[in-house]
Amino acid sequence: MTYSVLVVEDEPNIVLSLQFIMKRSGHEVRIAGDGEAALDAMAAKTPDVVLLDIMLPKRDGLSVCEAIRANPDWSAVKILVLSAKSRESDKEKALSLGADDYITKPYSTREVCERVNAMLGIEGCPQPSEASQPS
Amino acid sequence: MDGSLVAFTSIAYLCTLFAIAYFGDKRAEQGRSLTQNPYIYTLSIAVFCTSWTFYGSVGLAARSGLDFLPIYIGPTLVFVLWSVVWVKIVRICKVNRITSIADFISSRYGKSSRLGGLVALVAVIGTTPYISLQLKSIATSFEIITNYSGADGDQNPVFGALGLDSTFLIALTLAIFSILFGTRHIDASEHHEGIVTAIAFESIVKLFAFLAVGLFVTFGVYNGFTDLFQKAEQMDLQRLFTVNPEGGYATWVSMIILSMLAIICLPRQFYITAVENTDENHLRTAVWLFPTYLLVLNIFVLPIAISGRMAFAQGGVDVDMFVLTVPIFYGQTGLALLAFIGGLSAATSMVIVAAIALSTMVCNNIVVPVLVNWRWVDLEKRGDLTGLLLLTRRASIIGILILGYGYFRIASGSYSLVTIGLVSFTAAAQFAPAILGGMFWKGASLKGAMTGLALGILVWSYTLLMPSFAQSGWLPISFIDYGPFGLTLLKPYALFGMTGFDTISHALFWSMFANLGAYIVVSLLTSQTTIERIQGTMFVDVFLYTEGLKDSRFLQGSASIGDLRDLVGRFVGEDRATQAFETFASEQGVTVRPSQVADTAWLDRAEKMLAGAVGSATARVMIGSVVKGGIVSLDEMYKILDETSQAIQYSRMLETKSRELEETTFKLQSANERLKELDSLKDDFLNTISHELRTPLTSIRAFSEILSETPDISEEETSRFLMVIRKESERLTRLIDQILDLAKMESGQMDWSLANVDSRPIIEQAVAGMSGLMQERKVKLKVDLPAGMPMIKADHDQLVQVLINLLSNAVKFCRHSGGYVRVSAKVKGGKLWVSVSDNGDGIPDNKKAEVFVKFHQFNQGNDRMPRGTGLGLAICREIITFLGGHIWVEDNDTGPGACFTFTVPLSRVDGYLRTADEPVTNTEVVAI
Repeated sequence: MTYSVLVVEDEPNIVLSLQFIMKRSGHEVRIAGDGEAALDAMAAKTPDVVLLDIMLPKRDGLSVCEAIRANPDWSAVKILVLSAKSRESDKEKALSLGADDYITKPYSTREVCERVNAMLGIEGCPQPSEASQPS
Repeated sequence: MDGSLVAFTSIAYLCTLFAIAYFGDKRAEQGRSLTQNPYIYTLSIAVFCTSWTFYGSVGLAARSGLDFLPIYIGPTLVFVLWSVVWVKIVRICKVNRITSIADFISSRYGKSSRLGGLVALVAVIGTTPYISLQLKSIATSFEIITNYSGADGDQNPVFGALGLDSTFLIALTLAIFSILFGTRHIDASEHHEGIVTAIAFESIVKLFAFLAVGLFVTFGVYNGFTDLFQKAEQMDLQRLFTVNPEGGYATWVSMIILSMLAIICLPRQFYITAVENTDENHLRTAVWLFPTYLLVLNIFVLPIAISGRMAFAQGGVDVDMFVLTVPIFYGQTGLALLAFIGGLSAATSMVIVAAIALSTMVCNNIVVPVLVNWRWVDLEKRGDLTGLLLLTRRASIIGILILGYGYFRIASGSYSLVTIGLVSFTAAAQFAPAILGGMFWKGASLKGAMTGLALGILVWSYTLLMPSFAQSGWLPISFIDYGPFGLTLLKPYALFGMTGFDTISHALFWSMFANLGAYIVVSLLTSQTTIERIQGTMFVDVFLYTEGLKDSRFLQGSASIGDLRDLVGRFVGEDRATQAFETFASEQGVTVRPSQVADTAWLDRAEKMLAGAVGSATARVMIGSVVKGGIVSLDEMYKILDETSQAIQYSRMLETKSRELEETTFKLQSANERLKELDSLKDDFLNTISHELRTPLTSIRAFSEILSETPDISEEETSRFLMVIRKESERLTRLIDQILDLAKMESGQMDWSLANVDSRPIIEQAVAGMSGLMQERKVKLKVDLPAGMPMIKADHDQLVQVLINLLSNAVKFCRHSGGYVRVSAKVKGGKLWVSVSDNGDGIPDNKKAEVFVKFHQFNQGNDRMPRGTGLGLAICREIITFLGGHIWVEDNDTGPGACFTFTVPLSRVDGYLRTADEPVTNTEVVAI
């Protein structure tokens, strides 16, 4: 089955890379450039996973996270925070607000892929190439 | 009676006196002083009873009955009810080694020599009538006893034959005796044991003589008191022994008050009671014995007066001389001679003591200060001044007696003995406010005492002394009757229209009113000097400072360890003192008793402990005062004052220091807070930098991984992703460069190359650098520069950087299609103004200041351009601020969009403002 992933990110190049990785895993990807657009997209169609940046225009990621968790309809939605904020306190705060996981930028693409799949209950990550294997 | 017999007896009596005095001195030298005896002390106080008492009381009783009594009730009251005053005076005199009443008063008011001189002068003036009274009584009694009838006016045959005035001779004789008695020693602070003994003897003689006459009259002539008074009633004399009911009470009260003040303030009483006191405990005896003496003496006043009135019923006889004339009347010549000797003893005791007391004052408080101040005598060079001082005192005694004689010649003829005495009492009473006030009121000041005393004695002179001259014809009598120059309001006996009082009460009222009033008011209005305050405290709190130090030891000078411990304890605390003394004792390996006499080691230790608390000079003085019984000398006092003021100065310094310290602490605290702020800012800054660096890195890493892990990726995607990696790497580099630039600028480590540069090429260079991008974006650029662009003082490269930053922002934020950017410049207010405007959405007012803050990104969701670093405008502001200009943003005035403007100062060469139109030969100079 196809899962729906919502990427909430304002950096175009990061959006591009996440879009590529998620599509490669076979997920359907939608994009929101700021916090408000993210909630609009949620309302339009409930995704299975939200990849959420914190430093966002208009409405920051933590606030979006809170808003998602405040709505019982979205209780099944998994939230993976991807942030350049590297302090432990930032991570704890996001988790306490209802995020399911937290990855610090810059991240390994494989890790993002595996965590998303783990959240969705899918085993492993598709097509790991030879080149990426530790030699 | 034969005059020569009387003269011989008198001389013999005086010689006996001298022998007694000599004996007394000898005993004292041998250490078996007779004056260490409360009875002798008390009898010496009876010097209060002079010939005024001996003759005058009887005279007064014969004239107006019981009116003689108040003069003795007053002193009785003082001794019985108010002996604490005497105890206090005696203590103060001992502690301060006071030698006279002038010394006492001047010492209390800051050791003022001027006040001392004034007191001495007033004492001399006030005592003069009193001495003249004694002279008068001796002269009169001598005439009466040698000339049976007792009639006035006849020259005595003995003296008359020599062509001499008998009174003058008597004055001279008394002067010689006073000199012999009083000025053999020079140290006035030592006691005159001989004189005190002689005076006590005289008190016995006069009492004995008076009692003899009284007993003879009462039991020899009459059959006891009852018989006497019954006979007096038959002769209609009962008025004399009943209290006069008409207006007598006011006089009684004022007389009692006057005599109360006199017993304390008369110079001779003060001298004999306080200065000559050898032991405070003697006062306990005096408290009852002296009033008893007065009582016994007064028992026979009325009987003698009445019997005199009955014996000389026809009048014509001086009532003041009844003590003498009554025995003569009844043919008792032996008794009469005894009475004469009694009167003589009463008179001589007063004259001798008064002369000694006054001469001490005149010498110490007038002559010596004058000599020293006017440098007539170089005290430093003349080592031994004893001769000079003795000469001064002897001369003073003669002078004082001559004054008394002079007053006698001028004024005393018109007054009774009692009135002359009261005039003297009133003068002495002027010392009362200064003495009593000074003992109980610390606030009393020198100026108050000076003013009060001066005013009081002036009023006294005006209301008593001058009228006595007028009555004797030395001043016109109209002075009394109509006032000076006919001003009746100023009549000396009815000042300001006050009538209904006797002259003494009237004078007492007005002089005390002026004296006490001025004393209080001036004291309240003036401030005290330090030494006045110290002396005031030492006088008022004398018991506080001397209690517990046993008086005799205090004076004689060996200190016990207990004394030392108490002294130290008062300053460092009793427990600490006790502990320290015990430690010291165990250090020395001895056990001590408090009563043990302290040796030098103990004294040193005590002094050092005290010095820690009160300073070394003070400590030395205090230990000295315990050990030697010495007093604090003026020099030592100055040392104390000096040390005290140093201590005060030091404590002020400390205060200043601690205030400075507080300020420093406060500064340190705020600096610390500022540091914390900066630290948290730095923390935030590093976090932000970290965040900003991670963002491009994320893309670079992600696409690198994608490219390496995805073998089946299209070529188109590969080149697109590689481009992303390249752009993000460039962004990363730019970011690092800008962070480093900003850090350098903020920390002042930037290498600036300031010079006078032409502004036009700078703008043109920046515009040229951006033109490629603009063409690519199809952004229209307009550059509006005036014809004459000025020289400016700037860093060429940095200013180009500012313009490039502004232009790239403008290109980034201008309208997506039909973008338009305009660059313009003008000269205004000595500065070059450069503006860069676009036609984008502009910046909301609340963000206009924020855009210049580091890492603030005004995100418009525009993805046509690579993301900025958030540092461009912050760097622009740093550069422009360094160049001395300003940068700000406002709305475009011609349409939508933002307009960034900065100013740069024009260059000044040789004081002239140059523009590019003018030839400038040297454009690269003036680097800072």
